[in-house]
Formats: sequence, C-alpha cells, structure tokens
Amino acid sequence: MLNDKRIRIIIGHYGSGKTEFSVNYAVKLASLGKKVALVDLDIVNLYFRSREKADILEEMGIKVIASSVKGAAVDIPAISSQVLVPLQDKSYEGIIDVGGDPVGARTLGMYYQHFLPGEYDMFFVLNANRPETQTVEKAMEYLRKIEDMARAKVTGIINNTHMLKSTTVDDVLRGQVLAEELSEKTNIPIRYISTIERVAKELPRDLNGEIFPMNLYMREEWMV
Amino acid sequence: MAKVLMKGNEAIGAAAIKAGCKYFFGYPITPQSELPEYMARELPKVGGVFLQAESEIAAINMVYGAAGAGVRVMTSSSSPGISLKQEGISYIAGAELPCVIVNIMRGGPGLGSIQPSQTDYFQATRGGGNGDYRLVVLAPANVQELVDLIIEGFDIADQYRNPVMILGDGMIGQMMEPVEFREPKRRDLPEKDWATTGTQGKRKPNIINSLYLQPEELEEHNKRLQAKYKAIMENEVKVESYNIEDADVVIAAYGTTSRIARTAISQLEEEGYKVGLIRPITLWPYPYDEFEKINPNCKGILTVEMNTGQMLDDVKIAVKGKHPVYFYGRTGGMVPTPNEIIEKVKEIYGGEK
Repeated sequence: MLNDKRIRIIIGHYGSGKTEFSVNYAVKLASLGKKVALVDLDIVNLYFRSREKADILEEMGIKVIASSVKGAAVDIPAISSQVLVPLQDKSYEGIIDVGGDPVGARTLGMYYQHFLPGEYDMFFVLNANRPETQTVEKAMEYLRKIEDMARAKVTGIINNTHMLKSTTVDDVLRGQVLAEELSEKTNIPIRYISTIERVAKELPRDLNGEIFPMNLYMREEWMV
Repeated sequence: MAKVLMKGNEAIGAAAIKAGCKYFFGYPITPQSELPEYMARELPKVGGVFLQAESEIAAINMVYGAAGAGVRVMTSSSSPGISLKQEGISYIAGAELPCVIVNIMRGGPGLGSIQPSQTDYFQATRGGGNGDYRLVVLAPANVQELVDLIIEGFDIADQYRNPVMILGDGMIGQMMEPVEFREPKRRDLPEKDWATTGTQGKRKPNIINSLYLQPEELEEHNKRLQAKYKAIMENEVKVESYNIEDADVVIAAYGTTSRIARTAISQLEEEGYKVGLIRPITLWPYPYDEFEKINPNCKGILTVEMNTGQMLDDVKIAVKGKHPVYFYGRTGGMVPTPNEIIEKVKEIYGGEK
C-alpha cells in the first residue's frame, strides 16, 4: 500500500465495489499513521456513498471531502472546492472514490492537470459478478471508456469479484481468471485482490496481486 | 442462469424484459432513475420502445394507450411522480387494462426527500385516484423477490385485466444484491380479444374507455369490477410468516422494514424472547386471515413501518381487537435499526420474558 502513489484514484463499473474498497483503503492507511483524505467524487449515485460514513472515518482522523452542499438527501451534483486539498497539499495521502461508469468519471476529468504520469495511481475495480463486466471484452471496453472520460490512465487492476456477504473463494478465483485476461490484454498489472476477511484467509497465496482483506462498512447488519 | 449482482432498479428492468415487456414510458425521478436508464439502453435491443415522456401525466397515458393495444407495458416513478400518475391509473383500472406500475418510494409529503420511505401505503392500497378501484400491490423485501414479483406481476395484470403496482422503498431500488433469473411458472392466460389491434374489417371495433353515459351501465360495470376484486382477494394473497403460533409478540412489517425486523427477531431469540413475524407480500389483497393464526396469548402486535402508521390500519382490521396493537416507525428517509425494534419489543414484554 505504501508503495502506491500518493494519489490513488478508484474507478470502475457502476456497482463494482469502488466505495467499499476506497473506505477500507482509507481506514488501513490511517491505521498506519498516515494523514489521509478521502474524496467522494460520486455524483451519479445517491445512496451508499462514502460520505455516509464520514462520521466514523473522521473519528479515525480521515478527512472526508464530498459535496459543497450540506445534506445527505441532496440531489445536486455539487462538488466541494476542497477536492483540491489532497491534490495540492503533498502532506496528504489521497484517495479519490469516483462515481461509476464513464459518466461518473466525467467529474474526474476536470482535475486532469493534477494527474501527472508517474505521480498517481488509478485503480480499476473489477467485479466479474456484475452482468456488464463478465467478459474480458466488456471489462476492457469499460476500462478504456473510463480512461477517456477521466483523461488519465489505469495503472492497476483490482479483482473485487464478490457476492456481498455470501462471497466464496470460487467467486474470487473466477474473477481472478477474468482479471488475468484483462491484465494480459491491457498490459496493466493486477494490484489487489480485495475481498471480505473470511474469504481472504482461504485464498491461495500465489495469486497475482496483493490480497486485501475488507470489512463491509457500507452494508448494514440486516443486509445480505 | 448463474447468480449475478444487480441493483434493485436495474433488476426491475431486466425482469420486465424477461417477462416480455417491450414498452416503457416514464419520467426520471430519484431514487428510481436507474430503471428508465436501463430500459433506454436495453429495450431497443429487444425491438421494444423506451420513451421519456414530457411529464408523468403523459407517461401514464402512454401506458394507457399501449395497454389498450394489448402489449406488456410498464412505467415507474417515485412518490411525487406516482401522485401525478393517479388520474391515469384510475382510468386504466376503470378501462380494465393490464400494466405494471413501479413505485420506489421516497420521503414525503410533497417533494419530501430522496431517501427511502414507505409513506405511499395508503395511496397504493386505498386508491390515490378516484372511483371504486383496486390495484394489486406487491411489496418485495429483497432484490430476488423483486425480480420474481415483477415477472409474476405481468401475469397477474394480464389474468385479471388490472393494473399491478410494485411498491418498493428507495432501499430496495438502490440496494445491490445477488439475483438469479429463473424460468417462471407461467399462468394460463386468456387471449387479449379486447385489445385495439385493428379490425381488418373482420369484427366490430374494440373500444377502450372508462366513461359510461348510463348510470345503470356504470353500476353494472362497478359490480363486475367488484366481482373481479373478490376473485383476486380469494386467489392472490401472498404472505410469509415466522413463528406466529408460538410468539409472545408478533411484528408486522413489509419490504425493507421486514428484514430489519427479522434481524431484530434473531437477536431477541438469542436473549430468550419469542417473537414472530407476519410479512405481507401482497399489500392488496391484504393477508388478513394470517393474523387468525397468531398465538391467542400473544402480548401484542407491533407494526413497524417507514411512515407514521399506515399499514397499521390493516393490522387493526386483521387483529379485530383480539390483541393490543403497537407501532414503531421512522420517517423522513430515516431507516429503523434492529436495536430500536428490539427496545420496542422489550417494552411490550413489560420487563418479563
């Protein structure tokens, strides 16, 4: 994690698990004593955004940056000018949780002058259980379209193939096959294999990419 | 087909297409806009038509026209948008046309908020439009059930020539869950010989209408509608119950709230409490008879809703004064937590297990 670039941009297909990964990543970085800012750039979704967890994240010392308009129920695509804070202030480790699909990445495009090659990582979150990214062709199409819209290049793939709380080792391994194919076709390395802790423990250790165990912060206890 | 992960709103679209729906007329509103977006993308691929109307009122009247032509058609909206559609819904019910209407409820009244609610229970089950009509109202509690009810909903609509409403809260629409598109059990459906498909000079024109100029005729029409509603009440009630014969307290809840209640019940059981659940799946026709099976010594029935007590009226009708009836609800887009329900159940227990 500490080898990742200071600015980590998290993109992917809508519903791939970007927010859950971003929140977990921020928590882990903060637990290593880093000064962390989590930017919620999602103006596509209105439910289940990382800003909903601002209270617990701020308790951990993480700076959460989201809308310039206060109110959880605000249906306005507003972005705080503070997004620039982690981009410009190099004392911050920045995580940018981007909205899903190319349309979500459009917001990111306006910051492109801050994304100099070699100075940021952009991770593409892949979930092979989402109907729109089940084949390597479709996954690649999403990856390229998002890159075009974001005006930045993907530097790592995250295999986040899951079935929420009922995820199995098989799910992750099936996703790993797809991630490998995508990696081969695009020449982009698999950076992480993110999954719930129960599954992470059972995964073979020789997989490409670093195993990244996660807590499901975004799922209430009554959800599956 | 293997399980996939879908958001509720997308799953509605996929299920409708699976059910043979080729026409969708709607107007976007949060928190259900992923559904028209999905239909705009997917319907042309199956030779269907997606049309974003100029308003909700236009959309529901397009549904009226398409349903009159005998095709499977759907519209969707969220609370304030469904309010705008009420006139058309009443016309469709009056003209006895099949269609599926999705309401992904948000906080009210008025524009309210975009967060989840269950505040349109009255509107859905009591008729938001004019006249003695009924909608079949289906209330899924998870995305899989949402898919299954959409598919069956089209069959129910065709079988009875009646609009069917899928009533889900914002949470069901926005939540991501595993789903499987199973081959549904198909009903034996009547021919749509009433549809306005062109006479080709071979028969008298079919007329789709809800206007009657003679009071005698309108009364006859109403009697026929009531006979139909009676048949629906006899045949279409759906309910899921848990441990109600043995429970000291029974919770009545539907949709998302029923899942939170179920989580609360599991935790209460670990502490030695005996709590049952009645989860209506059809809100109309309402599963009144299910309440007859409740333990006669039950200390009380707790209705939990994301509103200020709407299904509560039906629970009172069902309980017939045999048990005390309690209520717990949150509004404004606030979702009750399992702990809040646990506290309320313990209150009803009155400190003794």
